[in-house]
Amino acid sequence: MSTNNFKSINNPKGKFSTYLGPGLAVAGILILLMIPQLLTQYYVYLLATVFTTALLATSLNLVLGYGGLLHLHHGVFFGVGAYTVAIVLTKTSWPFAVAVLLAPLVAALIALVIGWFCVRLRGLYFGMLTLALGQLVWAIVYRWNALTNGDNGIHAIPVPEFLYSINSVYYTTLVVLVIALVILYVISKSPFGLTLLATRDNPVRSESVGINVKRHRLTAFVIAGFFAGIAGVLFVLVERSVAPSLLFWNKSAEILIMCLMGGLTVFMGPTLGAGILVLLSMIVGLYTEYWLLVLGLLLLILVLFLPQGILGYLMEIYGKNRSMRGEN
Amino acid sequence: MLQVEQLRKAFEGFQAIADARLSVPKGEVVAVIGPNGAGKSTLFNLITGHLQADSGHIRFQNEEITNLAPYKICHKGMARSFQLINIFPSLTVLENVQTSVLAKHRLDQNFFRPSKKLLIEETLEVLESFGLFEYKDRSCSSLSYGDQKVLEIAIALGSKPELLLLDEPTAGMSSEETRKIVNLIKRLSQEKGLTILLTEHDMELVFDVAQKIMVLQQGKTIAQGLPEDIRNDKAVQNAYLGETGLC
Repeated sequence: MSTNNFKSINNPKGKFSTYLGPGLAVAGILILLMIPQLLTQYYVYLLATVFTTALLATSLNLVLGYGGLLHLHHGVFFGVGAYTVAIVLTKTSWPFAVAVLLAPLVAALIALVIGWFCVRLRGLYFGMLTLALGQLVWAIVYRWNALTNGDNGIHAIPVPEFLYSINSVYYTTLVVLVIALVILYVISKSPFGLTLLATRDNPVRSESVGINVKRHRLTAFVIAGFFAGIAGVLFVLVERSVAPSLLFWNKSAEILIMCLMGGLTVFMGPTLGAGILVLLSMIVGLYTEYWLLVLGLLLLILVLFLPQGILGYLMEIYGKNRSMRGEN
Repeated sequence: MLQVEQLRKAFEGFQAIADARLSVPKGEVVAVIGPNGAGKSTLFNLITGHLQADSGHIRFQNEEITNLAPYKICHKGMARSFQLINIFPSLTVLENVQTSVLAKHRLDQNFFRPSKKLLIEETLEVLESFGLFEYKDRSCSSLSYGDQKVLEIAIALGSKPELLLLDEPTAGMSSEETRKIVNLIKRLSQEKGLTILLTEHDMELVFDVAQKIMVLQQGKTIAQGLPEDIRNDKAVQNAYLGETGLC
């Protein structure tokens, strides 16, 4: 599982992890590096999808878990990133590198615009506005035939030759995921991250100690949008096609459930949640087409019996839940 | 240092603050007293920007601060504690204070330095002076009520303010905890030369620590002056002190 290799990131403070953590990380990364030699192409493809989704879910958790903001439509920035790459590669003659660099920037820009309105609201109102503005972006993508091909989506996106094989896509997504997670982890442990927790805990008090809460939340929102844009790039590398459904709200709901499942209060929680949900949807898909029904039942069990998420629960058991104490 | 003039604030027709006047000289401890519902907390919320005034002026260090955002007012050198405990419940005691120290140094938007060791000496200094050092790594919600109240003030001090506002610092405290707070207020005022504005129900405490008292009744300033003058003021006696039987 992709979670093993980040044990050291999970508990930087535990004595236990001082030696065990890096050991597990090295072992985990070695296993992940050997996977393409061990498994069939289908599973390699599936893991690449897990990596992409893990980055998307972790980026959402910066706003959701650390910022305590009910962000209901994070999939939009994922979709915008993916569409940016697709459009640049199919409609312009710009090089691949430009497409890849532009995607997270465009996603961050859209996040800045949407976030600028949303951070003015609180709680459920914040959530409803993310949903409304997100669906607006979806509608634009869905309707703007000339640019986005409408509901047909864009297919056979020309990626560079070295990304033709699924193995090289696998390694690319793995490397990008590791780098992105390290950066997000560093941010979560920075003064910005600590202050974000403070604004989540108590926005009124945060304002009175000199924190510009709205700007802080907006910054987190834009960073999350940026990394979702990177995840969008990875998606294009894996699938080589995009469709408007990427930006539809049910995709965002799935990411939200991944975060809840893994645990909002643990850095690696969303990665675990993404892994479980992607693999589960594949397995369930073999037997029934009612995946959403299974997802609904899972959510019910989660909310009733494991509100802190799987990894959150495990951390609690071992008394090591120090990365982000407390409930939201 | 702080001047409030002709301040007014109404909530849906109810005039919570009507012509409040207040002057806080540098280096003094000033108390705002008044019966329940007189508007003391509203006045504090107006001064610190948590509420918007309908009219009037608030000047801090000769600068107009009326209706500025709370974080801007904090950066100008004014910090406050709250009547009800208002801390960061999921953070440790250390992180609670560190948050305000980081914001004071405008490092709250820094992304790439580990916060674990940043400005730690300054934070520990504050904790030490409040007797919270030994609890530094504990979750703040595990502290006793009294210690949480102390932490409440420590967070405000993390901003290194020039003017400290304390909204009922001893509300709900035992007499021993109250004594601790009184000593703390005296120490902050005498040793650090901090200017302090406080509201308080405990008259004994007010007359013990305050060098100047302002009396608020139905949102209006009815008297302002030295403790002895306030004690002898007929209007004040009628409005407030008589009821409590303390004077």
